[in-house]
Amino acid sequence: MSTIGSDTVEQFVAADTGGRSTTIWWRAGAVTALLALLAALPLVASDYWLNAVLIPFLIMSLTALGLNLLMGYAGQASLGTGGFMLVGTYATYNLLLRLPELPLPVSLLLGGIISGLVGVIAGLPSLRIKGFYLVASTLATQFLLEWLFNQYGWFSNYSTSSSISAPRLAILGRDLSSPAGRYLLTLATVAVVTAIAVRLVRSQTGRTWMAIRDMDTAAAVIGIPVASGKLKAFFVSSLVIGIAGALWGFAYLGTVDARSFNLDRSFQVMFAIIIGGMGSIVGNYLGAAFMILLPILLDHVGTRLLGGAIDAGQLENFQRAFFGALIIWFLIKEPRGLAALLSQAAARLAPLIERRSRHLRGGRA
Amino acid sequence: MTEPILQLRDVSLSFKGIKALNALSFEVERGEICALIGPNGAGKSSLLNIINGVYRADSGAVIFDGARFVRIRPGHAAHLGIGRTFQHNALFRHLSVLDNVLAGLIRHSRTSIIEHAFGLARDRRETREFTRQADETLAFLDLTRHRDTIAATLPYGVQKRVDLARALVGRPSLLLLDEPMAGMNQDEKHEMSRFILEANRALGTTIVLIEHDMSVVMGLSHHVVVLDYGRKVGDGAPESVRRDPDVIAAYLGTVH
Amino acid sequence: MSFFIETLVGGLLAGVMYSLVAIGFVLVFKASGVFNFAQGSMVLCAALTFVTLRDKEIPFWLAAVITLAIMVAIAILIERVVLRPLVNRPQITLFMATLGLSFVIEGLAQIAMGASVHELDLGIIDTPVKFGDVQVSQFDLVAAGTAAVLVAALSIFFSRTRTGIALRAIADDPQAALSIGIRLQSLWQIVWGVAGFVSLVAGLLWGARQGVQFALTLVVLKALPVLIIGGFTSIAGAIVGGLIVGASDSLAEIYLGNLLGGSVSTWFSYVLAVAFLLVRPAGLFGEAPIERI
Repeated sequence: MSTIGSDTVEQFVAADTGGRSTTIWWRAGAVTALLALLAALPLVASDYWLNAVLIPFLIMSLTALGLNLLMGYAGQASLGTGGFMLVGTYATYNLLLRLPELPLPVSLLLGGIISGLVGVIAGLPSLRIKGFYLVASTLATQFLLEWLFNQYGWFSNYSTSSSISAPRLAILGRDLSSPAGRYLLTLATVAVVTAIAVRLVRSQTGRTWMAIRDMDTAAAVIGIPVASGKLKAFFVSSLVIGIAGALWGFAYLGTVDARSFNLDRSFQVMFAIIIGGMGSIVGNYLGAAFMILLPILLDHVGTRLLGGAIDAGQLENFQRAFFGALIIWFLIKEPRGLAALLSQAAARLAPLIERRSRHLRGGRA
Repeated sequence: MTEPILQLRDVSLSFKGIKALNALSFEVERGEICALIGPNGAGKSSLLNIINGVYRADSGAVIFDGARFVRIRPGHAAHLGIGRTFQHNALFRHLSVLDNVLAGLIRHSRTSIIEHAFGLARDRRETREFTRQADETLAFLDLTRHRDTIAATLPYGVQKRVDLARALVGRPSLLLLDEPMAGMNQDEKHEMSRFILEANRALGTTIVLIEHDMSVVMGLSHHVVVLDYGRKVGDGAPESVRRDPDVIAAYLGTVH
Repeated sequence: MSFFIETLVGGLLAGVMYSLVAIGFVLVFKASGVFNFAQGSMVLCAALTFVTLRDKEIPFWLAAVITLAIMVAIAILIERVVLRPLVNRPQITLFMATLGLSFVIEGLAQIAMGASVHELDLGIIDTPVKFGDVQVSQFDLVAAGTAAVLVAALSIFFSRTRTGIALRAIADDPQAALSIGIRLQSLWQIVWGVAGFVSLVAGLLWGARQGVQFALTLVVLKALPVLIIGGFTSIAGAIVGGLIVGASDSLAEIYLGNLLGGSVSTWFSYVLAVAFLLVRPAGLFGEAPIERI
């Protein structure tokens, strides 16, 4: 048995080989094309698709990205995700409400920064404890924050139901409250945050995080600032999760209260990154798609096949069991998640395609 | 003669009442290769752990470069110029060889997370400079062809060398090597000895190493300290230590 | 003053109920190093099975035996399907696997037996008993008594039986235990079986108190601070931790809750546990490992 708390999440982690210069232009082109495509989606997608699929998918990806920076890159497991989403939501709400002169992106960013600072405080125990002891201390954060926002009316501007709705969503006078507007706001935020996150994990900060994750004692011995590295990871992670929380509240749900971001939400996000792949940026999108799409799919299949004979509660229980089983399956069979499955499939396909194209060229010659 | 780079004065350490080190004193001269030998459990690794702050001595003092300390944090030791490799594999297993070596330079970094996040000029410059230094060290240790390989996938002997590169790249003035040749065959040991000698000669790094293979120790070191059950039983030039009856009784006669 | 004592005693007795769940954790952790988040689901599963059997007019003892058999079967299945393939993985992986496991057990148990709240009557009269000025719930007293018997039985099991001693050997040094021919896997199954039995006892008592429903799984969240305070490897720690959490929870609820103007029970024990962690990272009764590099 390994010593208590001496482990990290390092075993899961997909090796990040990064891009080399020859492929960088190609990649940049692909990303631009993808973004253009996504930005054009509201022209064809129905409001249902925007509201029930694309917006929650994007926001879930962003939340997963936030947690993945902390857990997949820096190796610090956390179940406080819901709590940081709450801080982001309520902070952004109060900024929009009390400082209406601030532009929306600034309020979102400040809300995220406030969440980040709370994250630093919540991360302090990580300087002394590891593993699931740390998980337990993040639970303290989750419960304390849930209680705080439920308990004190000031945070929700003393609304009677203690729930809050976004006062307004507008940038430069353009109203963003339509499904397409909320979608584009979300997409833009996700794109910017992802771009920065990709830079960060490939930089010295990312190297610091991964060194702490892979072997923290060795990291300390070679002079890597372990304590500040951990706290920075908590800050950036909670910042991203806070922004995601605000979007979840105002661009997706519209109205939220403290229970919208309970422990189940924290579990959901952790599952998304386990399924998607820890220590992989792409994995966040795969995991989020899985978490958002699968329930919708199961729902449709349930009603189609059984014609509504099965009630919603049973379906939810089934989903619960299914997700649980899936988590176990991934942990046993592919701890690096869908991202690894995808890259394995790509690696297997590449020679086939190459041979095919060589064959074609040969045929022409 | 200049002042020794490292002095240990009456250092004692115990775990749960069992003495691992007992009032141990010795000195390491600047620029030498000093070998710590002794049977398993003699306290050699514990000693290295005290020098770079992983453990705290119960009593006694360590004087490094004229500065005396009882307790030092590992990170602080690294900043003072104490480098270290590990007995068991302690590479960052999911990182490439280059990234592992670059990690050894992080303590010299002057850039902030904001500069990293937005890829500002200073960060780009520093990354270029660090990469150049890392590549230099990789070339020095004949690791260039493994540059972009993920550390965990390398053979054991190569990983040991990457560990050395990671410690060496930051140009420590004192380098602690914990069994750098454990588990290697004769050829690999030979090669590793050559790299250690070269680091000592070309870079002027003072080296303290733990090693079991006596032929390696005799060929490599200027100075040998023999430990047995937490006590020093021999201290001197390799030849004189080899002839010391106490040492023979404690160690040489029984092992190898 | 009598109000204070009443609150304290009530809290201590409630703490015993937390300890019951925590003991199940400790057993599994000691033997296999697994932090079993699914312990709460096992409590729910045991209680649900038992209530469903009782609803079918099956006599009390028979229902208990059948439930126990089912719990042991589940335990063996868990060992086979989940733990064995994950052996030698980091502890945090095993923790996450048991998190997944808790979802599976909760989902399946509710599909099979329904999600409605069941009453569970163990025939314990719940009229308060008076000791001087202090009123104490009779039900809590019975629960505390049961827990005491359970702990006594477990300590006899661990100190007197061959299996128990072998289990302790594994906890101390799995490698050495293996090398002297102790069969790890069958022992793991036994330990998970015993944990299943503890879940049954906890499930019956908690179920009788709150009704058998999904919320029973939340007792796992109450047991976690108990474990952190008491340490993951000590049954005595689980008891002491339970008492500390129970007592401080009910005192905080009254005194701190009044001060802050609301219920603090959802988080107080966690904050307390984190405070303990920062002072003693391995718990009150645990030993800090020596870091070797």
